Amino acid sequence: MRLALPLAALVLALFFTSLGLGYAALPPRAVLGGLIGLGDPLHVMVMQEIRLPRSALAALVGAALGLSGAAMQGYLRNPLAEPGLIGVSGSAALGAVLALQTGLAAAFALALPLMALLFALGAVALILLLAGPRGGSLVLILAGIAVSALAGALTSLVLNLSSNPYATYEIVFWMMGSVADRSLTHLTLALPLIALGGAALLTLGRGLDALTLGEDGAQALGISLTSLRLRLLFGTAAAVGAATAVAGAVGFVGLVVPHLLRPLCGARPSRLLWASALGGAAMLLAADIAVRLILPERDLKLGVVMALIGAPLFLHLIYKTRRGL
Amino acid sequence: MSLLTLDALTVTRGQCPVVDGVTLSIGPGECVGLIGPNGAGKTTLMRAALGLMPHGGTSSLSSLPARERARAAAWLPQAREIAWPVSVETLVALGRLPHDSRAGALRADAVGAALSRMGLEGFRQRKATELSGGEQARVLIARALAQEAPLLLADEPIAGLDPAAQIATLRIFETLAREGHAVLTSLHDLTLAARHCTRLLLLDRGKLAADGPPLDVLTEDTLAQVFHLRAHMLQTEHGPLLQPLGVLP
Repeated sequence: MRLALPLAALVLALFFTSLGLGYAALPPRAVLGGLIGLGDPLHVMVMQEIRLPRSALAALVGAALGLSGAAMQGYLRNPLAEPGLIGVSGSAALGAVLALQTGLAAAFALALPLMALLFALGAVALILLLAGPRGGSLVLILAGIAVSALAGALTSLVLNLSSNPYATYEIVFWMMGSVADRSLTHLTLALPLIALGGAALLTLGRGLDALTLGEDGAQALGISLTSLRLRLLFGTAAAVGAATAVAGAVGFVGLVVPHLLRPLCGARPSRLLWASALGGAAMLLAADIAVRLILPERDLKLGVVMALIGAPLFLHLIYKTRRGL
Repeated sequence: MSLLTLDALTVTRGQCPVVDGVTLSIGPGECVGLIGPNGAGKTTLMRAALGLMPHGGTSSLSSLPARERARAAAWLPQAREIAWPVSVETLVALGRLPHDSRAGALRADAVGAALSRMGLEGFRQRKATELSGGEQARVLIARALAQEAPLLLADEPIAGLDPAAQIATLRIFETLAREGHAVLTSLHDLTLAARHCTRLLLLDRGKLAADGPPLDVLTEDTLAQVFHLRAHMLQTEHGPLLQPLGVLP
């Protein structure tokens, strides 16, 4: 609770800062008026159809990545786990790449996010098939790495065989991840799925807390690991699949955010879930603000900035860990 | 009244039976030691009894719904896993998970009682992962006690503890039994098993080879046959004492 309020306040502050940024310099009154449909119709259009989708998607995608990162780390009892580990984001990227390469995305605007989602769900189905109903966390990681590697290989194959340089160019930029130039349609596609996936992931708290004692210990406390794993996989597929579908591959959030917030939550996996959702939203909003402040003229990609922020954070963590030894 | 009833409990790995048709019943007030050489099937027997692995035959626990089973029996695995640097208090409170979360006051009582029983009151806010191995073992026992289940199954709970802590832990198990709970614990120290348990179960290659009062089970014949150990069971003023003399071919 002591952590939730400041984090929520931070997310709100960053959200409104993000809304206030853009090509057209709008006064705060026009920003707020435009949001609720008052004032100059042009301002209303800019606010509701350009800036709101961008800021809301940054918050949503960040929350989805932070939350599923915390859930994945809790389930695997490993602070280096992240949603990408089980191949959901890699498979979603493969779906998107196929949509771009085949020209489907050009013919039909929602083809790209829908293909990405379909592939994310396909990845989870494949992982479940590979890992079996009773497989432990090690089998799940192995299955995830296999699916992830396959998706990466197929993505490279598509790029390799691509005869269309424009499609290749588009694919490479899409894979860098961004929430720029997204529409309300993207928002309405991602919102219900991220909400659904997030709700599934937020039910994991008790089970993840119990897993602090290991798989045997958790089961003996009455936790069904089969149900826990199903909720984790489908929650991650829906939330991260939808996030990747609309924003491309944005790395590091799911890895770094739970890591940073863990000490503030007393290391309790259940408390880390909420905190990481808020923390992820704050981090991506901040990164998307940075993208627009650093190089306003160029379309700097969110995924690139996240990686640039993420790597030094890791250096700091390494430094702290080494000093603790 | 029985707290655990096994009927022809069998676990097979491939073609090989690891636990072979074990039938027994444990009631309130019993502190039961499960003994046998390495690989005799002690851990497997307890895990199967809890329903943590597939098995043949029946166990009164494994047929219960998961949460009800967790209220009927606490399990202390041998691997002392503590995945995250949570506080000792938080870790011990995990024992309350199977119970109704609304009973907050009861939760605090049970956690406090478990901590004080294990002499851990000064450790409440310490990070569990930063404690020594012996302290972690005590924290995990406190976690199992906080579950307040009528039956406690413990897998080699005193392995790695110093001699005083070994005796103290077994005394707590004896007290639990006297209070009307039941304890089933696997042990390798046969002297401590003979002194602190009311009953011993001897497993030999998955089969229940003996079941009864400690001194009836720990005869020189069974020690030779099952443990391949030449040993004397001495009677001292402090209780029985097992004196190993040598290994049989």
